[in-house]
Amino acid sequence: MTKILETHDLHVYYGQHEALKGIDLSFEEGGITALIGPSGSSKSTYLRTLNRMNDLIPNVTVTGTIKFRDQNIYAPQTDLVTLRKEIGMVFQQPNPFPFSIYDNVAFGLKLAGEKNHERLDQVVETSLKQAAVWDEVKDHLHESALSLSGGQQQRVCIARVLAVSPQIILLDEPTSALDPISSSQIETTLLKLRTDYTIITVTHNLQQASRISDRTAFFMNGEVIEMDDTKKIFMNPARKETEDYISGRFG
Amino acid sequence: MSPKTSNQIAISMLYVIASTIVVILAALLGYIIISGLPAISWHFLTSPARAFTSGGGVGIQLFNSFYLLILTMLISFPIALGAGIYLNEYAKQNWVTALVRSAIEILSSLPSVVVGLFGFLIFVVQFGFGFSILSGAFALTFFNLPLLTRSIEEALAAVPDAQREGGLALGLSKWETVLHIIVPAALPAILTGVILSAGRIFGEAAALIFTAGQSAPALNFTDWNPFNMASPLNPMRPAETLAVHIWKINSEGIMPDAKAISSGASAVLVISVLGFNLLARFVGHRLFKRLTAG
Repeated sequence: MTKILETHDLHVYYGQHEALKGIDLSFEEGGITALIGPSGSSKSTYLRTLNRMNDLIPNVTVTGTIKFRDQNIYAPQTDLVTLRKEIGMVFQQPNPFPFSIYDNVAFGLKLAGEKNHERLDQVVETSLKQAAVWDEVKDHLHESALSLSGGQQQRVCIARVLAVSPQIILLDEPTSALDPISSSQIETTLLKLRTDYTIITVTHNLQQASRISDRTAFFMNGEVIEMDDTKKIFMNPARKETEDYISGRFG
Repeated sequence: MSPKTSNQIAISMLYVIASTIVVILAALLGYIIISGLPAISWHFLTSPARAFTSGGGVGIQLFNSFYLLILTMLISFPIALGAGIYLNEYAKQNWVTALVRSAIEILSSLPSVVVGLFGFLIFVVQFGFGFSILSGAFALTFFNLPLLTRSIEEALAAVPDAQREGGLALGLSKWETVLHIIVPAALPAILTGVILSAGRIFGEAAALIFTAGQSAPALNFTDWNPFNMASPLNPMRPAETLAVHIWKINSEGIMPDAKAISSGASAVLVISVLGFNLLARFVGHRLFKRLTAG
């Protein structure tokens, strides 16, 4: 299997505080990887270095390398705009823009200069279908996305990312602000997407990680304790800390 | 005293205070409108003022007020928008921006007569604009900028950070995010701020007495070439506004019907400002609904 994304000796500092202490991980193309771990284990920080969203926070220092298809994304010549189109992100709180559903999904393409209406219509439809929300919104595409329920909003946000055809989708606790039914719809959506996209998701929900992910990485105190096939992590982890966390002895 | 009684007393006190304010406001508005309404007619709203005989109107003053308002907004809105975007989206929190913010606050508390005298020295005398709409518009810009900047900054700050992250995560540059997401999202609040400040400008007199002047030369409403002296669009002509007119009639008016004109003009002014406020609520509400619920 080819590696699509690799991090080597990745350190992140918030001011003096070392949040990530040398992370070596690699992600194969396709499938879902879950990042689990107790609060404060810096798994979200790790996720946010992968598309350089941490650049926005003042006082953050990142050292080490992150290679996306053998290109170091922290190299000075990296174009952030292109990078973030290749590596899309979905957030914890659904954050549709205050526009219509159609405009939300078409937004990335429109700004990239796509003017062909047929092509836009087609991309909006495909993306919403992929995100498994098309049937619910197809009759009111031109109503505000803010009028949708939280779960629908989150799937529109996934469609918005899909519309710019990324290779990797990062999700930062995508269901923790949603009710159980909406959460399971998002999970179904992700399972459908796992064949076409490389998905990396942070989750606090261990059942969710075991249900949907192919591989799981366990984070603790800014380090990766272990990463393996999800089955192995949950049935027969190699490290005692992992077992303690999985079985609910802490965290 | 039991908590229940003290609660009752507190509530009744608050009711008394609140209703006092409402009664004062209603009495004031009622008096101005009721005493002014009889003077208002189509003739009053469209004909020029007369200095010595009765039967004059406030047509030119009314036009001047609106024209000055539009010019002031054309100058101050882009500056305030730029300043608001800079302060909220780009500026780092350090002593420079803290200084800028307190400067804005001080500027907003300047008495308008001081702004007027400053405008007189700078624009009327130093730049040689004379008593003109342009001088008035610049003076009102000074008067208007602090509050408008402040309200735009607050409107932008009310947009959740999740929207900024969403834009950046889609591969937008910071400027594109601000331009295409943050400003549209803040638009209803920005518009409310603009219209409310329009009401303030419309009623301003002190800052205009020394800048836009106290005379309203006759205008030819068929001549729309801004370079002709009699054209309503000429920004270099002196232009007494409605608020200045009211002040002037009451201090030195010698026409026989001065009192009726003053009452009528006051009512027109108050109704216009009320109109701006209602418009602000209506437009802001409509825009918000359109952006949020379709």
